[in-house]
Amino acid sequence: MNKTERINDFNTGVRNGLPIGLGYFAVSFAFGIFAAEGGIAPLTSAVLSFTNLTSAGQFAGVRLIFTGAPWFEIAMTVLLINLRYSLMSLSLSQRLAPDMSLISRILIGYGITDEVYAVAIMRERELSLLYMLGLSSLPIVGWTAGTWSGAMAGYILPVSWRSALSIALYAMFVAIIMPQARRSRAVLFVVAFAALLSIMFEYLPLLSMVPLGWRIIICTVLASCAGAVLAPIRTSSANPGGEIT
Amino acid sequence: MNDKYLLLAIIVMTTVTWLPRMLPLILVRRRIENIFVRSFLFYVPYAVLAAMTVPAIFYATSSVWSALAGLVTALILGWFRRSLLTVALGASLAVYIVERILAQLAASI
Repeated sequence: MNKTERINDFNTGVRNGLPIGLGYFAVSFAFGIFAAEGGIAPLTSAVLSFTNLTSAGQFAGVRLIFTGAPWFEIAMTVLLINLRYSLMSLSLSQRLAPDMSLISRILIGYGITDEVYAVAIMRERELSLLYMLGLSSLPIVGWTAGTWSGAMAGYILPVSWRSALSIALYAMFVAIIMPQARRSRAVLFVVAFAALLSIMFEYLPLLSMVPLGWRIIICTVLASCAGAVLAPIRTSSANPGGEIT
Repeated sequence: MNDKYLLLAIIVMTTVTWLPRMLPLILVRRRIENIFVRSFLFYVPYAVLAAMTVPAIFYATSSVWSALAGLVTALILGWFRRSLLTVALGASLAVYIVERILAQLAASI
């Protein structure tokens, strides 16, 4: 690949990443507010977003931080939530040049999010380092800047605005779940089962004593196992994990 | 919450967020063949997002009713496969409108 082609690859990546970056700004703005309300300084929140670059994991981790959870509980919860990335990385690894260097693979790994993965896996050619860096660049900027802006603005926004933005993260989770739940009864079952378990852990006497992090882990493992037993996925070899996005 | 705890938490979170992203890219050259493990991993994101959304979403706003309006809006928009941004903004708008209506009602009583 010559120099022009490589620059083109990078530019294409940046272009493909623009809508993701804009969406991330809005969602991480809500995360910034959420973190600020719990007393985390704006710059700290921005560092957290820049280093973690993930929504569900940060959100759960910060909730646990607010409750003063031990680091092991935080580690287990966030790890479990981020397990899905290993499946995405696994499928992306099949699309990298076999001789790609360790450093390149580490750099690409840092930028993998649900949306970056979804865009990258749709590209019908080998994924170069520069394409992946271009693709991740604006999402990284959007996610970090949005968090910082939200944390700064959160203090001065009226309550109705804060409520409205606080729901954005949950709405995004719903947006990730729904298309697949509509397509697959098994996913719909897993989602309903996990939600039911989560409600039981919140309101039933003894169960509500279980710490939040373990609740999420237990609900996730039970519901995912039920799905794996009742409706095993037999996907084609081209795309392990099927249509996870 | 002290600074040392916060710093430790951020380092822990960063580590457990990076590992699952990088290790497969670095280590795994072959595909996982175990159908149970693959199926389990396939369902994990949906299960974890559902468990995190319910019932926490009902405490995310200043009223259960506005949260319900936001959830229903997100479910409908999500069902019709709208983008993340559209769903997030739609749900936020629904929450905002319901909270304004509730504030008006409270003021008029």
